[in-house]
Amino acid sequence: MRGRRGRAAALPGSSRGRGGSGRFRSSSSSSGTEMAVPRILRAGERVGPCRAARSRARPARPAALQRPPHPEDKLLTEPLRHPDFFNVKELFSLKDLFDARVHLGHKKGCRHQFMEPYIFGCRLDQDIIDLDQTMQHLQLALNFTAHIAYRKGIILFVSRNRQFCHLVETTARECGEYAHTRYWQGGLLTNAHIQFGPGIRLPDLLIFLSSLNNVFEPHVAIRDAAKMNIPTVGVVDTNCNPCLITYPIPGNDDSPTAMELYCKLFKMTIIRAKNKRKQTEVFQDLQRLAPPWGPPAQQGALEGANAQ
Amino acid sequence: MQDRFMESYLYGRPFHFLFYTGKQSYYSLMHNICDIFNRNLIGSRWLTKTELEGMLLEKLSDDDYSRFIRLLEKLMTLPCGDIEENYIKKFSKEIAVQLQKVSIEPLKYDEQGVAFSTGEGVRKTSRATAVVYDNGTGKITVNGIDMLRYFPVLQDREQLLFPFQFLGRVGKHDTVCTVSGGGRSSQAGAIRLATAKALRSFVTEKEVEFMRQAGLLTVDPRVKERKKPGQEGARRKFTWKKR
Repeated sequence: MRGRRGRAAALPGSSRGRGGSGRFRSSSSSSGTEMAVPRILRAGERVGPCRAARSRARPARPAALQRPPHPEDKLLTEPLRHPDFFNVKELFSLKDLFDARVHLGHKKGCRHQFMEPYIFGCRLDQDIIDLDQTMQHLQLALNFTAHIAYRKGIILFVSRNRQFCHLVETTARECGEYAHTRYWQGGLLTNAHIQFGPGIRLPDLLIFLSSLNNVFEPHVAIRDAAKMNIPTVGVVDTNCNPCLITYPIPGNDDSPTAMELYCKLFKMTIIRAKNKRKQTEVFQDLQRLAPPWGPPAQQGALEGANAQ
Repeated sequence: MQDRFMESYLYGRPFHFLFYTGKQSYYSLMHNICDIFNRNLIGSRWLTKTELEGMLLEKLSDDDYSRFIRLLEKLMTLPCGDIEENYIKKFSKEIAVQLQKVSIEPLKYDEQGVAFSTGEGVRKTSRATAVVYDNGTGKITVNGIDMLRYFPVLQDREQLLFPFQFLGRVGKHDTVCTVSGGGRSSQAGAIRLATAKALRSFVTEKEVEFMRQAGLLTVDPRVKERKKPGQEGARRKFTWKKR
């Protein structure tokens, strides 16, 4: 399990809190000199016999700019050049959000002070969330999730709403990611090395489908993720605190239709990103193996590649 | 614990989707039972805590076990399905419970070929049965006496006619009712419920839903409240004297 799996894809310059186990520490010490330079991530490096040999043979890198171009860099940097590489905008529309009742907030008395910028207005004492802002935030959040999934990051779905606990767990299982909709033990992220064991890999992204816990207080995981430098995506309702969440999505977190919409969107983005990753890898492998001359020999090489 | 941790990693990612909860087997068990819950099933005799721990190879607290049992108890109140029997057999015996669905009775026909339907209604202490005939003139007979004579008060007659008026069938049906118990108002209410129930057979499902939403098909649960000791009535207190 070599290589660093960086998760701060869209946050250049931010560093991971602790090195983790010994094998991670060696690579983070070399990056200490690079702190002034934006890190080009080595995330998602595949493990295999040929790759392991190549990574062992590779010398230590002094600075990112002097490195010879590596095909895997293209795999990782290409998506970062586009603002919406995975085209997440087409997955939802304003009408979909409205039909799913995402704009409905809580009553005026429950309003949180920091949610005021996201609230469109108040009708008969009920807050209405501004769906234009929600669209923008949702697009950013889904784009970010897609990038994390593309780089083979671990995504953890968190929701302490008992009504949707089963739905969230099913969503996580179906996209091949992880879920935690149960009682949150205090040291899960901050004390992971003692609770789970050394060398554990923490989640690279936390998605909160409901940012409050059962006693209507902010979920402990928001604060813990901020402590551990893990980015968070969260659906914030009008009674929630959006402060520590990296990508808040102002919206309703209590209606079944709204929750089903969110789960569907996250599942589609993650699956889309993972498929894109597989496609790009296969395409690169084929390109690598195909010789530069004429079609007939290329076909032979392709057959050879397929046989492999 | 170390072995558990090592075996759950696959290529740098944890193997089980509930790994980060800490108790992956227990919570995946709860998750699977929820799945069956959504598919409507049932269960019965439970494993003891030690048997369950042996099955899961994980330590459980008393809270966890009691929650698991409560979940199975909840399942017990639902009807069972044949598909999931094998799964639930691991934890409990099955018990079959029939689901009661309210079905509307079809129309019956008497010797002249006239369609009719029966309904029963209650209100406070009154019990009423009504038989509604098709092709009628809007005559209503209560205990063999014409409605106009039996209910001199307009309010009671309005209550009797309300179901027909709601459906727009005022002059089209004949009704023969029997009623006992209660006073004049509660008898009227009981007959109204009985006629509404009988009219369900003559009418489309959509109109039945409209009747239900109008409150014509709901039994009025209000009964006389009991008198309490130390008070003159159910709510009335004795006269308060300052000294």
